[in-house]
Amino acid sequence: MKYLKGNSDLCTGCLACADACSELFFKEKNIQKSCIRINQNDNKNNIIVCNQCGKCMPLCPTQALSYNSQGVVILDKNECSGCLICVAECPCACMHYLVEENAPFKCIACGICVKKCPVSALELIKE
Amino acid sequence: MTMNIQELKSKHKTLKVFNYKLGNIDKGYNKRTLYINLSNNDIKEKPVSDQMIDKFTGGKGFDMRLLWDAVNENTKWYDPENEICMATGPLGGNTNYPGSGKTIVVTLSPMTGIPIDSNVGGHFGPFLKFSGFDALEIQGKANNDVIIYIDGNNGNIKIFEAPLEAHDSHILAEQLHDMFADNEREKQHISVVSAGSAAEHCYLGMLNFSFWDRAKKLPRLKQAGRGGIGHVFRNKKIKALVVKYSGLKADLNNPVDMKTLKETGLKLHRQINKLDSSQFTMREVGTANIVSVMNDYDLLPTKNFKYGSDPQANKVDKKVLKTLFTQGAADGCWFGCSLHCAKAVDNFIPRTGPYKGTSVTVDGPEYETVGGCASNLYIWDAKDCVEINFYCDTYGIDTISFGSTVAFLMECFEYGILTKDMTEGLDLTWGNADSALEILHQMSRGQGFGLKVGKGTRWLKNWLINEHNADAAFLKDIAMEVKGLEYSEYVSKESLAQQGGYTFALKGPQHDEAWLIFMDMVNNSMPTFEMKAEALHYFPMFRTWFGLQGLCKLIWNDTIPEGNKDTPEPAKVMEHVHNYHKIYTAITGKFMDTDSMILQSERVYTFQKIFNLRMGGGKRSDDHPPYRAVGPVTEEEYLSRQERYDKQLKEEVGVDPSNMTLQEKMSALKKHRMDKYEVLTDTVYKRKGWDKNGVPTLEHLKRIDMELPELIDVVEKVRVKN
Ligand code: SF4
Ligand code: SF4
Repeated sequence: MKYLKGNSDLCTGCLACADACSELFFKEKNIQKSCIRINQNDNKNNIIVCNQCGKCMPLCPTQALSYNSQGVVILDKNECSGCLICVAECPCACMHYLVEENAPFKCIACGICVKKCPVSALELIKE
Repeated sequence: MTMNIQELKSKHKTLKVFNYKLGNIDKGYNKRTLYINLSNNDIKEKPVSDQMIDKFTGGKGFDMRLLWDAVNENTKWYDPENEICMATGPLGGNTNYPGSGKTIVVTLSPMTGIPIDSNVGGHFGPFLKFSGFDALEIQGKANNDVIIYIDGNNGNIKIFEAPLEAHDSHILAEQLHDMFADNEREKQHISVVSAGSAAEHCYLGMLNFSFWDRAKKLPRLKQAGRGGIGHVFRNKKIKALVVKYSGLKADLNNPVDMKTLKETGLKLHRQINKLDSSQFTMREVGTANIVSVMNDYDLLPTKNFKYGSDPQANKVDKKVLKTLFTQGAADGCWFGCSLHCAKAVDNFIPRTGPYKGTSVTVDGPEYETVGGCASNLYIWDAKDCVEINFYCDTYGIDTISFGSTVAFLMECFEYGILTKDMTEGLDLTWGNADSALEILHQMSRGQGFGLKVGKGTRWLKNWLINEHNADAAFLKDIAMEVKGLEYSEYVSKESLAQQGGYTFALKGPQHDEAWLIFMDMVNNSMPTFEMKAEALHYFPMFRTWFGLQGLCKLIWNDTIPEGNKDTPEPAKVMEHVHNYHKIYTAITGKFMDTDSMILQSERVYTFQKIFNLRMGGGKRSDDHPPYRAVGPVTEEEYLSRQERYDKQLKEEVGVDPSNMTLQEKMSALKKHRMDKYEVLTDTVYKRKGWDKNGVPTLEHLKRIDMELPELIDVVEKVRVKN
C-alpha cells in the first residue's frame, strides 16, 4: 500500500506541489491539471489528494481502474469510456477530468510533489 | 459449453460479404442506415436525408419510417417483406449522460398485426451506430439459420449459416462473444442479439441484447420484450446478430459541446451517488424496489389482476430480492449509466429443465417480472420467480406477456373454464410454479399445451370461446389484453387516467407511454377529464422522446433531484427535462425546449398511429379495455373492496348501495366506470388531435407539419370507411 498523506496544518498554499504534478503529467503549470489540489477557504489550506481507497473502482463499467502491485489505483486510459462515474464516486473529490480529455486523471503516488513541498506538508506512505 | 468454437466455426457457410467505408458520426448522426435482405443476401447502405431527420428524429422514428416503406397494408408479420428495424438515436451512445444506450426495435407484431416498438438496453444499438449506421433494417427470410456479423472497425458485414451454435441465449451469447473476440478484453467490444428456442415456436418471443460484464466474465442479457419481435426474428431464421466495435470513447458522437455534456452527466452521477440509497435504491434492487409500494397501494396484480395486494407480497419484495441480487456491481446496461439498475442473481441453480443443476446468472427479476411471474400467478417463492425469469430469458420469451397469459389461464382453470383435459394434464392451480415452468419447457421444445400458451392471451381467449363454448362476455372481461398485447403489471382499476394510459398506448397496453396512477389516484392532482387528457397528451409525448433519442426513461424519474418536490409540477421532474434540452443541444448543436420535444414526438407518434390505421388497427374499438382493467368483474372481487365501491356508488353515482343487491351494485358501478371511460376517450382523442373514431385530423397533420401524402392517403381512406 502506497499513498500520499498531506498535513494541511503545515500547508502554506504555495502550490508548488500542484505545479510539479501538472508539469509532470501535462507539461504545464495549471492547477486544473494537477492531481493534488489545495482547497483554500476560511484561511485554511486543505490538501486534497487521493488516499487510494479504491471506492471509485467497483462501479467502473470497463474495469479501467485497478490496484497495481503497490496498492495504487491506476487508470488504464485505453479502456476508459470517459463516463466520469468514478469522478462522482470518489468520496474525496480526487478524481479529476478535463473537457478535452477522454479519461479522468488521478494521483498515482509518484511522490514528485513530496519532493517539491518547501514545508514538508506531504509524505509518501508505504505500508 | 458443450462445443468448442472451432467446431462451431467449421460448419459456418458464408453467404455474403459486404465491405463498406467507415464513416464519422457528426453531431449524433452517421446519416446513413444499413439494409440487409436475407432472401437474396442483398446488403446496402441507405442515405438519411435532412427531411428524415427533421420529421423522424432517429431511433423509433427512423425504424417506423423504414418499416412503413418496406411493407404494404396487407403485409402480415410472417411475410418476407416485414422487417425488423433497430436503432439508437442521435443522443444514443454518449457515455456521459446516464441512460444513453438504448436501442429501439420495431416490427409488425405477430400478436397485434400492427407495429410494435420495444426499448432495450445492452450495447448493440450504440455499437451499430459507431460502426457507421443510424439504423439497421432486416428484410426477407433465410433458408437456414444465419448469423449476421458487423465488424465496425474494419467495415465489413458477413452473413453466414451457423447450424451448430446453441439456440438458448445465455449459451449462444457467450459462444458468440468468445468467437468474435481476439482476447478477453475485446469481449466487451461485442454485442449479440438473439432470441431463444421458445421464441421460434411462440408469438410471445422476444429478443435478448447482450453486454459483456467484465467483472462477472459473462454476457448479460437485456430484453426487447414486448410484442413478439423474437418470433419474427426466428421466422426469418436469424440465429443472432453480432456487432463488434473497439475504441469506445466519450466523444464518438462528435458533439458540439463536450463541456455541457460532461457537466450535465456528472451532476447527475453525483445526484445518484448521493441520493439513490435514500430514494429508489435502484442500485441495490433495480426496478423491483417498487414491489412493496405497489402492494401497499393496491396496485400489484395478483390472480390475473383480480386484486392489487396480498399479505404474501413480502416474500417477493425488495428485501428478499436484495439478498439474491449481487450487490455493489457496475450494473449499467450501457457505459455511463450510474443508476445501475440491471441487477442480476449470480450462481443460480435451476431446479427444472435442461439447465437443471448448472450455475447460471439471471438478469432480473425486474418489477414487471415479479408482477407477471410471481404475484399475478400467486407464486410466492422468489426463487421460483427467478427460475421462470431465467427460462423466459434464455428461451426468448417475454416475461410480461408470459405472466399475464398464464395468469389468465390460471383464472380460467379456477372457474373450470379450462380443465386438465384441455391443458394436456397440466394443473394450473394458482401458485403452481412447476406447471408454469413446464409450460416454458414445452414452449422451448415446441410441444404440448405450451404451444397454445405461446400464442398469447387473445388467441387463447378465442380458442376457449370458439372451441370450448366458454362464456364469451366473461372471458372478454378477464382476458387482460388490448390490441392483442397483454397488459403490463399494474392494476389500473382505481385510476381512470391509467386505464387510458394503457388502452390508448399505440402498441398495446404497456405503461411506457404513461404511468399516471399516483398523480391520478393517490394525489388526485388531475380531477377533471380535461386535466387527465392533458396528462395523457403530455406524458406519452414526453416519453416517446426517449425512444427517438436512444435514451432510458428510468433516468428521468427513478432518481429525483433535491428540491424537486417544491417545483410547480413535481411529476414532470423539470430539472431533468432541462438536462435533456441541454444534452440534445450539446450533441446535435440544435435548439431544444419542451415544446420542441413534444413536437418531435408528436410527429412520430402520429405517424405510428396512422401506421396502425393503415394496417387495419388504430380504431376506437381497438382502444377498448377489458373490464378487469377498469373495475371488479367478479362478486368476490367486488366484495373484497366493498367499502371502496359502495362509497363510490354513493358519492359518484348518487345511489344508495344499502338498498341494492350485489349484482345491482356491480352493474351500476360498471356502467358508471365505462361511461367515464368513454368520456375520457372523447376528451383524450380531441386533445391528441384525433376525431371521435381515433383518426388524426388533417388540421392536426398540418399543425405538426406532417402533411405527407402517404399519411393523408391513409387518413382519407379510413374516413370514407367510417
Ligand atoms: S471515467 Fe473511465 S475510469 Fe472512470 S469510471 Fe468511467 S470508464 Fe472507469
Ligand atoms: S437506469 Fe437501468 S435500464 Fe436505464 S440505462 Fe441505467 S442500467 Fe440501463
